[in-house]
Amino acid sequence: MLSKKQARAFFLGGTLVTFLIFIGLTIFSFSKENDQTNSENLSAEVVRGKEIWESNNCMGCHTILGEGAYYAPELTKVIDRLNIRYDGNGEEVIKSILMSPSPWQPNGRKMVAYGMTEQEASDVVAFFNWIGKIDLNGFDRVISPLAKEKINN
Amino acid sequence: MKYKSQKVAYWFFALSMLLLVLQITYGFVMGFARIGFDNLHEFIPFNTARAVHTNLLVVWLLSGFMGAAYYIIPEEAQRELVNVKLAYVQLISLALVGVTAIVGFHFNIWEGRKFLEIPRPLDYLVVVNVLLFLGLILTTLFKGKRQTTTALVLSMGLLFAALLYLPGMLPFDSQVTDSFFRWWVVHLWVEGVWELIMGGILSFLLIKLTGVDREVIEKWLYVIVGLTFLSGVLGTGHHYYYIGVNKIWLIVGGIFSALEPLAFLAMALFAVNMYRKGEKKHPNKLALYWTLGAAIVSFVGAGLLGFAHTLPQTNIYTHGTLVTAMHGHLAFWGAYGMIVLAIISYSLPNMTGRKLYDSSRGRMAFWLANVGMVGMTVAFGVAGVAQVYLERKFKMDFMLVQKEIAVHFVVLVLCATIFATGIALYIIDFYKHGKPSDEALEINE
Repeated sequence: MLSKKQARAFFLGGTLVTFLIFIGLTIFSFSKENDQTNSENLSAEVVRGKEIWESNNCMGCHTILGEGAYYAPELTKVIDRLNIRYDGNGEEVIKSILMSPSPWQPNGRKMVAYGMTEQEASDVVAFFNWIGKIDLNGFDRVISPLAKEKINN
Repeated sequence: MKYKSQKVAYWFFALSMLLLVLQITYGFVMGFARIGFDNLHEFIPFNTARAVHTNLLVVWLLSGFMGAAYYIIPEEAQRELVNVKLAYVQLISLALVGVTAIVGFHFNIWEGRKFLEIPRPLDYLVVVNVLLFLGLILTTLFKGKRQTTTALVLSMGLLFAALLYLPGMLPFDSQVTDSFFRWWVVHLWVEGVWELIMGGILSFLLIKLTGVDREVIEKWLYVIVGLTFLSGVLGTGHHYYYIGVNKIWLIVGGIFSALEPLAFLAMALFAVNMYRKGEKKHPNKLALYWTLGAAIVSFVGAGLLGFAHTLPQTNIYTHGTLVTAMHGHLAFWGAYGMIVLAIISYSLPNMTGRKLYDSSRGRMAFWLANVGMVGMTVAFGVAGVAQVYLERKFKMDFMLVQKEIAVHFVVLVLCATIFATGIALYIIDFYKHGKPSDEALEINE
């Protein structure tokens, strides 16, 4: 029968081993040859776009990389999707929504009117463009069927 | 109650109850918004309501865990808390930081990172607050007459929770790296060190309520927390499948997160077996309800429903949908909400001297809250599965799908009303106990 001492050894040993493996895998996945985060294309514009994304808590409604609040659309590959819907004007549509002084209400669901400047809106678009080029292990094809059709055509 | 200083716990629990009410209120704001009644949009847009809802969840649970520690540690260490005044300072500062953060969310002041929305300057105050708390708890524990496994596991959980807050404060330019390390906080909290806290509280309650030998209970506590870390640490990988990191996580995350339900199953079996072995003489039936309930509901919510969408083949469709909200609600409720309500139900009569052990109001509170939460989980589940099929399989537009599934949020709001009624009854019971009193010292527990 298991003793308390053995049970403690199981807890401490198991924790140590799994944590070390976890650290090892973290180093592995961010090593240069295994990195698929599109980090080589991170520009000052993209970083500013990320800051705007965070400072307005866009994730509190939208999702990106599948993470967020499920109240508003997933924005990974959003430019591809809107390009198809608006004849290649996806970026302009996004900018006009972000710069609008009055709330955008697609199908009655309201979005906060951020009234961004042209520069801020461009930075957010740069951020979306950068996000759209990350290798997501196949998730991008599930969330962006239109983009997939476009590629196939 | 054995030590006067345990009374501090009462005020942490009272703060918990207040924040829980606010959390539920903001939950209703979101529920109504999803069925089209977003009249408060100008003052409380959805992203504000959501940040308030999730952050209040974290703060009310932390306040509950802290209250539990202030009650349990003196009793386990067999001495008074080292400094009661500082514990009150810690309580007030926790409340102030929490309230400031929540007010700030209404004025677009936040970090905008899911679950970690508290702005950076307040993060530093959180760190100071938690250091003060840990200082008080650990000094009491190590100056005490004994250091039990229950107290050590609970303290270890609280210490690791504090340490794991730090990776969330690292600045990253890349959204992928940012997200990767954000999960070090969020996942390793809720599917790692918080389970240590839960295990510690559960162990204390089972020792007190069942009368089973401490050595037996604590031995199994080690096994359970061992299983938790063995599966939970590498199980973090299930958050990494589709956020832009290497495919290795599909395999590692898939295997280890499939093992995560084992820890919760062990916890449920452990609690039920200890109850069966025990003398069943303890009069505080309500505390027993909440304790066994926490062990069982956490297995269903965190274990089974987590497993339901944790495999990469399933998760590729459910990632970023309401299926996550289904799992999240029952998991947090079962594993952490109910264990906090269990320790409150156990300790309140001991702190106040009012032995309201088995009122019909208390039983109604338990059943209504649980039935309501299960109903909400089902509503989220149906909405989530419908969303997966319509949006991800049949390629319908996001907003059109949202209109199709709005009816499930009517059911959600109805079930949330049942849940809120249960919580209201629980809080009335809390209030009826009155304030803690020194006259309650050494009452028969």
